[in-house]
Amino acid sequence: MKSTCAIELRSIWKGFERHTGQLLLRTHLQNWLGQQQQRKTEKFFALKNVSFRVEPGDGLAVIGSNGAGKSTLLSLIAGLVPPDRGYIRVAGRLAPLLELGSGFHPELTGAENVQLNAALLGVSRGRMKYIFDQIVEFAELGDFMNEPLRTYSAGMTMRLAFSVATHVDPDILLIDEVLAVGDHSFREKSFEKILDFRRKGKTVVCVSHDPSMARRLCDRAIWLDHGDLMLDGSMDEVTDAYHGMQSKS
Amino acid sequence: MVPGRSYIMECPAASLKASKGLYLSAISDPLPTENADHSIQWGGDYLFLMQNLILKDFRIRYRNMSLGVFWSLLNPLVMMTLLWFVFTKIQQSSIHHFAVFVLCGLVPYNVFTSSWLAGTSSLLDNVGLIKRVAVPREILPISIVLGNCVHMSAQILLLLILTAFTVGANWHWLWLLLIWPLEIIFVIGASMFTSALNVYVRDVRYVVESAIVILFWLVPIVYDFGNIPPKYADIYEVNPIAALVMASRRILLDNETPATSLIRNLVISSAVMLAIGWFAFRRLRGRFYNYL
Repeated sequence: MKSTCAIELRSIWKGFERHTGQLLLRTHLQNWLGQQQQRKTEKFFALKNVSFRVEPGDGLAVIGSNGAGKSTLLSLIAGLVPPDRGYIRVAGRLAPLLELGSGFHPELTGAENVQLNAALLGVSRGRMKYIFDQIVEFAELGDFMNEPLRTYSAGMTMRLAFSVATHVDPDILLIDEVLAVGDHSFREKSFEKILDFRRKGKTVVCVSHDPSMARRLCDRAIWLDHGDLMLDGSMDEVTDAYHGMQSKS
Repeated sequence: MVPGRSYIMECPAASLKASKGLYLSAISDPLPTENADHSIQWGGDYLFLMQNLILKDFRIRYRNMSLGVFWSLLNPLVMMTLLWFVFTKIQQSSIHHFAVFVLCGLVPYNVFTSSWLAGTSSLLDNVGLIKRVAVPREILPISIVLGNCVHMSAQILLLLILTAFTVGANWHWLWLLLIWPLEIIFVIGASMFTSALNVYVRDVRYVVESAIVILFWLVPIVYDFGNIPPKYADIYEVNPIAALVMASRRILLDNETPATSLIRNLVISSAVMLAIGWFAFRRLRGRFYNYL
C-alpha cells in the first residue's frame, strides 16, 4: 500500500559524540596511537527511538525544554544530517526556516540575499523572476532591500527569511522558533500566511516555546524530553501533560 | 512524487521497540558506524545556484575595496618586479624576457595556491550553510574554487597582455584553453579532498599553507626546467603545477606546441586528483554536521 503521509519517522536514533570539541591533529594522533579503550568515546543521544507520522495538511508542534532534541529532529527532517538508525520519509518540497538568516550573508544586500537564498532552496532561474517581486512585497522592507543585511534588525532579517521560505512554494514548512522576533503586525500576517498554507493542504512543523502561538498554528503536538518521545496527540492533550510535568518538577 | 530518504536499519525491529532496559544496553554498546555516505536530495537548479554562489563570492570580495580588481594584480606585479630585480640585477640570469618568464610561472602558481587555500577552508567558512541548508555539500568547494578563478582571471589577462607586448602572440595560445581548465579540475579535486579533511582535522589548513611554500621552490618559477639535473627531472614531470608552468612557457615564450608527454601527464593527474577528491568527499560528508 502506498502511504500518503508527508513525513514519516520510524525508530529514529541520533547520537553525537561528546569529544567532538577537540579537532586538532594532536587529538587524532593520541587516539590513533593510544590504547584502544581511550578510543571509545562517550555518546549522548539527542533522539532515542522516535517514531511518528505527519499527514499532509497537518500542523505539528514540537514542544519540550531546552536540549530535548527538537532542533535535531528538524535537522533530520530537513535532511541535513542522517540518523544513526531508522527510516525517514519526506514527501514533497521542504522549506526549512531553522535559524534566523541561515544562508544569508551580512555583506550582501537584502535583494541579493533573496536571490541567493531562493537559489539555495532550489528555485530555478525562470521561477525566480516570477517570485522575486512577491517576496519583496511580502517582506515590506522598502528601501532597505538595497542595504546590506548587517544593517538589519533581527525582526527585519526574519521578515526576509520568512518571506523567501514561504514563497518558494514548499509542500512542507519547518519553523524553528524564529517567528518570535517579529513585531505584532508582521506576526499576524505570517500566522495568516501559515494558516493559508495549511488550508491548501500543506504541512507545517514548528518548534515553539510560546503556547498561544503553537495553539493557533497547529492542531497536533509531540512532546520530546531528553530525546524520548513522551506523548503524541492533540494540542491540548500534549500541552496539558507538558505543563503538568513542568509544574511538578 | 519525491522518494523518501531511507537509511540502513542496523538492528532488528524488535529491539528498537524495546523498553528502557533494552535501550540502556544499546547505549553501553556503541552504535554501528553512522551512514558515512549521506547524499542530500536537492531537486533544484544547479546552474543557477552555482552562478549565485560565484556572484556572492565576487560581490563580497569587491564590495569594500575601492581599488577592486587592482589588488589582484598588485601581488604578481610586486613579486615579478622583486624576482626580476634579484635575478637580473643581483644574480645575473641568462634567461631572455626574465619578467615574462617569471610571470609565466607565478600566474599558474598563484591561481593554484589561492584557489586551493580558499577551497580548503570553504566548508569551515560556510558552517551556516552546512548546518542549516540542505544543499549538496560538493557545491561549496567547487563554487569557491570557480569564484576564485574568476578573481584570478585578471592575473591571467595581465600575463597574456605582457606576453603579447614583449614576445608576441601566436596560434599556439589556443593550447592554453586546454591546459588551464585542466589546472582548474586539478585544484577542484585537491580542494574537495582537503576541505573534507579539514572538517575532521582542523590542522589541514596549516599543512596546505606549508605545502604552498614548498611548492614555490619545487615549481620552476624562478629557474628554468633545463637547469634541473636529469635525475630529478622525473619528479617535475609528475608535479602537475610544474608541468603546467613548463607547458605555459613553451606556448607563450617559445611559441611551440607543448610536449605530448606533458599534456598526457596533466590530463592523468587532473583526472586522478578529481577522482580522489570526489570519493574522499563522498566518504567523509556524512559526518560533516556532527563535526561542524
